[in-house]
Amino acid sequence: MSKILIRGAKVLGGEPQDVLIDGGTIAATARQGEIDWSGSGLSAEGAEVVEAEGKVLLPGLVDLHTHLREPGREDSETVLTGTRAAASGGYTTVFAMANTFPVADTAGVVEQVWRLGKEHGYCDVQPIGAVTVGLDGRKLAELGAMHESAAGVTVFSDDGKCVHDAVIMRRALEYVKAFGGVVAQHAQEPRLTEGAEMNEGIVSAELGLGGWPAVAEESIIARDVLLADHVGSRVHICHLSTAGSVEIVRWAKSRGIQVTAEVTPHHLLLTDELVRTYNPVYKVNPPLRTERDVMALREALADGTIDIVATDHAPHPHEDKDCEWAAAAMGMVGLETALSVVQETMVDTGLLDWAGVADRMSVKPAQIGQTSVQGRPVSAGEPANLTLVDTAYRGLVEPAGFASRSRNTPYEGRELPGRVTHTWLRGKATLVDGKLT
Amino acid sequence: MQRHLISAADLTRDDAVLILDTAEEMARVADRPIKKLPTLRGRTIVNLFFEDSTRTRISFEAAEKRLSADVINFSAKGSSVSKGESLKDTAQTLEAMGVDAVVIRHGASGAPYRLANSGWIDAVVVNAGDGTHQHPTQALLDAFTMRRRLIGPDAGLGQDLEGKRITLVGDVLHSRVARSNVDLLHTLGAEVTLVAPPTLVPVGIETWPCEVSYDLDSTLPKSDAVMMLRVQRERMNAAFFPTEREYSRRYGLDGDRMARMPEHAIVMHPGPMVRGMEITAEVADSDRCTVVEQVANGVSIRMAVLYLLLGGNEPAVTHPRTEEK
Repeated sequence: MSKILIRGAKVLGGEPQDVLIDGGTIAATARQGEIDWSGSGLSAEGAEVVEAEGKVLLPGLVDLHTHLREPGREDSETVLTGTRAAASGGYTTVFAMANTFPVADTAGVVEQVWRLGKEHGYCDVQPIGAVTVGLDGRKLAELGAMHESAAGVTVFSDDGKCVHDAVIMRRALEYVKAFGGVVAQHAQEPRLTEGAEMNEGIVSAELGLGGWPAVAEESIIARDVLLADHVGSRVHICHLSTAGSVEIVRWAKSRGIQVTAEVTPHHLLLTDELVRTYNPVYKVNPPLRTERDVMALREALADGTIDIVATDHAPHPHEDKDCEWAAAAMGMVGLETALSVVQETMVDTGLLDWAGVADRMSVKPAQIGQTSVQGRPVSAGEPANLTLVDTAYRGLVEPAGFASRSRNTPYEGRELPGRVTHTWLRGKATLVDGKLT
Repeated sequence: MQRHLISAADLTRDDAVLILDTAEEMARVADRPIKKLPTLRGRTIVNLFFEDSTRTRISFEAAEKRLSADVINFSAKGSSVSKGESLKDTAQTLEAMGVDAVVIRHGASGAPYRLANSGWIDAVVVNAGDGTHQHPTQALLDAFTMRRRLIGPDAGLGQDLEGKRITLVGDVLHSRVARSNVDLLHTLGAEVTLVAPPTLVPVGIETWPCEVSYDLDSTLPKSDAVMMLRVQRERMNAAFFPTEREYSRRYGLDGDRMARMPEHAIVMHPGPMVRGMEITAEVADSDRCTVVEQVANGVSIRMAVLYLLLGGNEPAVTHPRTEEK
């Protein structure tokens, strides 16, 4: 691992700086051309120079919500292809959801996923453990064993399914306090969403698709923030999708309840109007909502009510989307387009600056997931987990070029801004000039 | 007219009137000793039915045969579909056999739209009912029945349903018939009122071009036609209404209620009827009830649709006087 000198990058969108990476660490940063080598024992000699004029340098992105599909659905994604997609999108850590086959509800499975991530070396992989055995919502999984395993699991989620039983949810919230864990809830009241296929509203009424009411999400969030308050635990809400959910989280935070929340890039950009095409590429859980919800989510991400952006990267094979709506799988890939969508919806609209993006896509997710080596400041002595973004770029999304094994993106052919050109994981380049190493 | 018939909302007023006028010509064929036209000779139509619906399938089949098309009936049950074959593969397999049009009935809303718009096949697609979305030929045959009864077979030619007051009663939430009828009747200038218990009215209905009422009795005197929708008994188990008896007391059409309708007003039902539930035998068997006519009109409408989508520009029926020459 040699030295790398990143020249003239706008760190967090600020003034141009030079950043010297030595080994796995940031050795020095200074205003462009002003690194003072004297007496520091530092030298840029032999360093590989990356010209970064005009580009934005961010801490490596951290995704708290990724589906890597291995073990079990290697036809849609593997730890290798998923982490390559992550590196390609500027991520240096992904939290891998537990709904694999077998379910990540034991120390053995989480360790396997963790080890695969380590071996491939494209991105740190932090497995998320299931809250309940087999995600069936009835019996707590061995949360402590997963925490104590080599994988060191701190985030637990039955994502894809809601921990709907109030007693099980309460116990889980309480139990993980012993080791500082957090439960990430997929908020979906199951009875209210039987047969649900899309957001319930004007469009579902016309299309004759089963309605997925906002209240099915909001009622669970309301219950869980109250439970968290009652037992003094921390709760994280996955993929908030409605304006009402935002109001509940805002209220909970104002009361000092320990709640954090995430929003996906697609819920910041897309609405249920797209479902009029009956194209299952827009079928996702939670469903795409209305323009009003989208605007509320953007505002909440800007004001900090929503803490982070998480991709809910959900790869599916072509045949699971090349069919009628009812038969299609739910979910969309997101790792390779997340930053572009956030630039489009938050930065280019003036709602968030690049420091804000670093906060919502790296610093805060690392804090919620308790990974101390990620989401760090871009300054000397910190681990060299970095992402370089060409923010002036605009181009069409071309799924054929994805590193992910799956192509189920809702953005095919859409013009989006921004392109990640370089990603470094502990000083090792995983992406150079837009190409994976 | 568009290339496919997927939704009643896709039809303009002129498209719809053209279909109704063409159906009127087709209806005359049914009165001839030989009920057959050579129009679609050599064309192949597949009736691709993923849902059981004997009456709709037979109606299409009768229409296709009267137009001299070659007909293939494909029922999903016991076919490759039950072994896991996708809609795409099934459709491509049929097209490879030289099918010109696919008449599709599917349990999933949007399946015909996908079939027509995904580039899977080139054949003409006719929606014979998809999930709780649309059933456009049903709406057309209903409008045809209304025009014949309320205006007259000959007087109605070239006419729409301007100002006619149509009431649909029942399970709007799960009804593709209601959706198609609201779209088409609005296009044809009619005033539509939907009557249902609030549980069977979809959230989001506020943008539909119609009125919504929970009270049948106040709507009946202001109706030129009352269409009763089928209510499945199973809905009771999902708490859409308490009991069958309560439903029929509040929303069923019996002789007393029928008496409150204007004298010229008709009672319609898309079938199959659940007698004793949404309609009593007294009403179903009265001469104000058009159920049987609707079935006959269904064949004429489907002939008209297939003719217009597949037949090109030649006149559908050679004029009788020309024939005599």
